[in-house]
Amino acid sequence: MSMKDTDNKGHTVKYKWGMIIDLDRCTGCGACVVACHAENNVPFVGKKKSGYGRAMHWIRIERYWEGEYPNVRARFIPLLCQQCNNAPCEPVCPVYASYHNAEGLNAQVYNRCVGTRYCANNCPYSVRVFNFFEPSFPDPLNQQLNPDVTVRSKGVMEKCTFCIQRIRRDKEAAKQERRVIRDGEIQPACAQTCPPEAMVFGNMADPESRVFRLSRSTRRFRLIEDLGTDPSVIYLKGGGHEHVR
Amino acid sequence: MSDDRDLVSKDTKTIQQELTSSMNPPTWKWFLLVGFLGLIVIWGGIAWGYQIKVGMGAAGINLPVMWGFYIVSFVFWVGLSHSGTMVSAILRLAKANWRRPILRGAEALTVFTILVAGTFPMIHLGRPWKLLYFLPIPNQRGLWPNFRSPLLWDIIAITTYIIGSSLFLYLGMLPDLAIVRDRSSGWRKQLYSVLAMGWRGSAHEWRVFAKASTLMAVLIIPVAVSVHSIVSWDFAMTLVPGWHSTIFAPYFVIGAIFSGVAAVITVMVVIRKAFHLEAYLRPIHFDNMGKILLVVSLLWTYFYFSEVLTTWYGHKPIEWEVFTFIAERYWYLLGLMVLGNSCITIPALCFKKVRRSIPAILIISLFVNVGMFIERFLIVVPTLSHRNVPFIWGVYHPTWVEISIMAAAFAGFALLYTLFSKFFPIVSINDVMEGEILRSKTQLGRTTLNTHITEEQQDGNPGTF
Repeated sequence: MSMKDTDNKGHTVKYKWGMIIDLDRCTGCGACVVACHAENNVPFVGKKKSGYGRAMHWIRIERYWEGEYPNVRARFIPLLCQQCNNAPCEPVCPVYASYHNAEGLNAQVYNRCVGTRYCANNCPYSVRVFNFFEPSFPDPLNQQLNPDVTVRSKGVMEKCTFCIQRIRRDKEAAKQERRVIRDGEIQPACAQTCPPEAMVFGNMADPESRVFRLSRSTRRFRLIEDLGTDPSVIYLKGGGHEHVR
Repeated sequence: MSDDRDLVSKDTKTIQQELTSSMNPPTWKWFLLVGFLGLIVIWGGIAWGYQIKVGMGAAGINLPVMWGFYIVSFVFWVGLSHSGTMVSAILRLAKANWRRPILRGAEALTVFTILVAGTFPMIHLGRPWKLLYFLPIPNQRGLWPNFRSPLLWDIIAITTYIIGSSLFLYLGMLPDLAIVRDRSSGWRKQLYSVLAMGWRGSAHEWRVFAKASTLMAVLIIPVAVSVHSIVSWDFAMTLVPGWHSTIFAPYFVIGAIFSGVAAVITVMVVIRKAFHLEAYLRPIHFDNMGKILLVVSLLWTYFYFSEVLTTWYGHKPIEWEVFTFIAERYWYLLGLMVLGNSCITIPALCFKKVRRSIPAILIISLFVNVGMFIERFLIVVPTLSHRNVPFIWGVYHPTWVEISIMAAAFAGFALLYTLFSKFFPIVSINDVMEGEILRSKTQLGRTTLNTHITEEQQDGNPGTF
């Protein structure tokens, strides 16, 4: 058990959600982005607004080019909310719309959000997206809205929740059967969809879990770690030139 | 000093008459002005309504640049509001006699600019109708506002400043309200009777008044300093490269005083012309304000230099990226800012001729305020454009909604000021009269002597007027 296994009141918690993203496996296909849109009712903004920085992706594939032409390599890094344990977005919210829950998630209370957008400015990963307009789902996307997730109104900040609705559902199921959640039982939409299985989700508080074991990898790193945000998303370094060629 | 002596011969009644000239019955020109300003304000209101209906997308903000012109304007207007405190409170405590004709105008400037500033954060909100979440209203969920958030400190500071500066303005106006009460009739008399709170002008009242004025002046200065420090902490408390800086609080306070003093000079020129107050707002007042502006300009330049120097010397990649982005993309704004705030202002204000020339000092004060607006823009927008993750670097373009609302802010301020000067004396009668009495002379044999002598006038020092 690591030190982080207590909530802010000192009570022991059973779960500490975390994710491993293996950059060696990521092909940059973007299936996770699509899956996330479908699962979380993330609005569609269209090409024009997207071009002006109003795209609303809870997860995005960042593509960086490496090397000089013709020896160019594309490097991909899927970026979603890092669910920081010491999150910069939380203290700056004047109305507690952004807060930390006991299981290590940065929760966002849509009803409480007044739209100061302070959290988005203070997020070093820029993963918070804002509803600049009333959300729209052009036909046939409006036919497949997820009933477990609210559609956020205009003027509200939103972000990746690690598919908290799935976590809730599985926690309830586990409670009924008087057991803890099994490793790999919960899959956020992105991890579920990822064809090369680059994303692994699980309970960091359980030393037997796959995420915990992978998090000990020598290839591990966390994004902009020097800021002290203590992210729950751990990346495994891509091979790069020295490993793959 | 012969040009400054022309008041002494005037009697009380003439002075009162001249100083309340702004309150004469309005002409058609006045109505035209008020109507024009009112229309711009209404247009701004329509733009805001449109933004509420459509969403914040009506403004130019986007994913990297989540704060735009509204926050720039907010900081700018809060900055302007530091004028009244500076001129009024500090000069009052310093017993600088030349302050007297400027006081009221500067204090009114403070109140109206801070009111305008206070509206911007509301316009900026994604859901302004949820404003009450900011207030510590007891509720079923036991939820309070988050006192760790600099935005909440902001709300507390701004509210305190609005209340404090309004009281400061009102307190200083009490004896003048009594004067206009005695000179008016009809509903105006009733209004001023209530507002003057039964001021009679007894020795006791004056004693209490003097004590209260000094006390308020002492109290309002730390409030003013705290307000702009907190505004700076909206930025400095974050982890955003280019914002996260310990120098921000004093830097912002100096910047605020800088733009505030320049705004007072601008307003002085305008009311001098509009209400024919040439006899009261004399070149010496512009000269002295020019000296203050020079000192604050030097201070601002020093702070800006320190900020850029540490960024350059440290050369931390992301910090340097932010600065080079500003210098490359917004080089014309950066240049205009440095010209307006330092390169033109400092050398020009060294010359007495420039300080005493009203057109020259007007141009300089306008330059300073343009420069200070740009400074706030460069702090808010380009810094957000280039944050830690290069993949989503972006740029910001203001929309017609933001421009309309900013125009409405200027018009609204001018409207409030116009209305105020129509209903209240814009030059402090009691302070000017007191100054006149203090500097009046009497003939005794062959020598001319001061009729009054104050502590600081002893030892052969005539004191500045």
